[in-house]
Amino acid sequence: MEFNQILQYTLSGLSTGAIYALIGIGFSIIYNATGIINFAQGEFVMLGGLLTLSSLQLLKLPLWAAIPVSVAISTVVGVIFERLAIRPLRQPTPINLVIITIGGSILIRGLAMLVWGKDTHAIPPFSGDTPIAIGGATILPQHLWILAITLVIIVFNKFYFYHTISGKAMRACAYNRRAAGLVGIDVKRMVLFSFIISAAMGAVAGIIVAPLTMTAYDVGVMLGLKGFCAAIIGGMSSGISTVIGGLLLGVLESLGAGLISSGYKDAISFIILLLILFIRPQGLFGKADSERV
Amino acid sequence: MNVTVKHFVIAVITLLFSTNVFAAAPIKIGGLFAVTGPAAFLGEPERNSAKMVVDEINKAGGVKGHKLELIIYDTSGDATKAVQLATKLIKDDKVVAIIGPSTTGETMAVIPVAEKEQVPLISCSAGSKISDPVKKWIFKTAQNDSLAVGRIFEYLQKAKQTNVSILTVSDGFGASGREQLKSQASKYGITIVSDDTYGPKDTDMTAQLTKIRGSHPQAIICWGTNPGPAVIAKNVRQLGIKSPLFMSHGVSSKKFIELAGDAAEGIKLPSGKVVVADMLPGTDKQKKSLMSFVKDYQKHYKAEGDHFGGHAWDAVMLIKSAVENGADSAASIRDQLEKTKGFAGIGGSFTYSALDHAGLGKDAFVLVEIKNKDWAIVK
Repeated sequence: MEFNQILQYTLSGLSTGAIYALIGIGFSIIYNATGIINFAQGEFVMLGGLLTLSSLQLLKLPLWAAIPVSVAISTVVGVIFERLAIRPLRQPTPINLVIITIGGSILIRGLAMLVWGKDTHAIPPFSGDTPIAIGGATILPQHLWILAITLVIIVFNKFYFYHTISGKAMRACAYNRRAAGLVGIDVKRMVLFSFIISAAMGAVAGIIVAPLTMTAYDVGVMLGLKGFCAAIIGGMSSGISTVIGGLLLGVLESLGAGLISSGYKDAISFIILLLILFIRPQGLFGKADSERV
Repeated sequence: MNVTVKHFVIAVITLLFSTNVFAAAPIKIGGLFAVTGPAAFLGEPERNSAKMVVDEINKAGGVKGHKLELIIYDTSGDATKAVQLATKLIKDDKVVAIIGPSTTGETMAVIPVAEKEQVPLISCSAGSKISDPVKKWIFKTAQNDSLAVGRIFEYLQKAKQTNVSILTVSDGFGASGREQLKSQASKYGITIVSDDTYGPKDTDMTAQLTKIRGSHPQAIICWGTNPGPAVIAKNVRQLGIKSPLFMSHGVSSKKFIELAGDAAEGIKLPSGKVVVADMLPGTDKQKKSLMSFVKDYQKHYKAEGDHFGGHAWDAVMLIKSAVENGADSAASIRDQLEKTKGFAGIGGSFTYSALDHAGLGKDAFVLVEIKNKDWAIVK
């Protein structure tokens, strides 16, 4: 086995892993604030990509303007989703909420299919597609964008959850909803906030990956699942461990496809998911009863 | 009271008989297309084309006084649903022939139903096993994968690029292509140096391609439908792989060129003649059918007609000519279909026989190359 081949597998894995990580963080933010696993997270990823496409092609906006516009619209969709589907729920048991988010994701996907059709669409890369050589391996400029934006989002998260009032309030909700309510935190507002943040983040993820993965009404399903795996490996933390979970998943997938057999690529990630759930349900890096934010 | 009842009965009887007098009964044809779901890129143009051509035939007065009546159901690419709907078409709608389904998996599931109920079925999917071995009631209009594989291998043999890597999608289409690629290789003196697959929803294939690069092939053949092959084209460019890239007929639509962008340049693939209809020499037998299909489709749906829609177009036209030759029941349509000779359609020139229900030869495919975001015929 040549060295540069291994290097290429690892680099490919890291860049795909960063995508999973970014989507995974969206899962954990909502989970931490509300205890909900939001299976509609993948649909925000899809919306980000497709809305950017429309902003570019129909509204003829330049890329730097199309991105905030589509993030804003996706966020509004997130707010509407929370208002209409999550908040009115009489008995918010986990199973009810999970079923509702799955239903919501099917609805959003269906509407997207009506609006954008069933075709796959391509979005131009942010800064060209001349490959960058690192050792004997190559990556694309878009991969650097993904890595950089993931990094920015982690830093932003850390700052938000530990150094702002509303971030701290959100963590309080994660520890104990009732107690948080008793000390005067508006729990419902925190839930809404968490949907706003993760819808926006999902959309950002969808936009920066679209030039590589292309986008269609149904991209959210697989990307959402892989992001969910990343979040589980990371123990549903909204910080660095989900990122490591995502990167690990990406690298294992890529090495598995390259060294064992490409037929087992998806099997590898789902076997890892099952193993983690069986053996270390608190995540790869979590203590048995750890804090979740 | 009695009088009214009597009048009513008389009126009903008169009505019943009179319709028979005014026009021959319509010929009912069923359509099973995957209009939604993952195979919608097949089902939608198929449904559109079938509807378009049936409308036109009826507008022109039908066939031998018979109007054609097309009953279409959406299978959403689901084999179980396809079987239920096929039964419904036969039992409730009493159709005399079925067009579709769109995918090989669905077709294989529906075959036992059509065989048992003795209704001719013209499948729009490509899998070779549909017509091999020949089944009495089953025909197909989509070109066999084996013909497409033959086209590529023929070219590679001539170009002396005999060490080949294959990368196929892990669904029905890719599995069938992979089987054909492996079984025909030795016939053309081709060695498969690496054999990899990718998932239909995968978004990055650099891992597989790195492995392929390591096995130093003289050509890479990728077998899949959009969007996977577009990702692969981009990945090949990213990794700086110099070996020429070949694709299957599964991506012979403008959509692929649009998705892969610059990375599509120089890729070669076997394709039905429909994408290069206007470049064909005037002597080509299919040219007339092709041009009228393309023009019609453009007029009705403001989109480019592709060879998927062509499969349904061919199926309707084959049934039409069977009816022209006097068939009006399931059994007689089947017998007439089997006698079809040299029908120049969209997919190729069809000649069915008791031993061949696929009906096409290697000339159904042309090898095209993508140049300046358009197709060019490879000589």
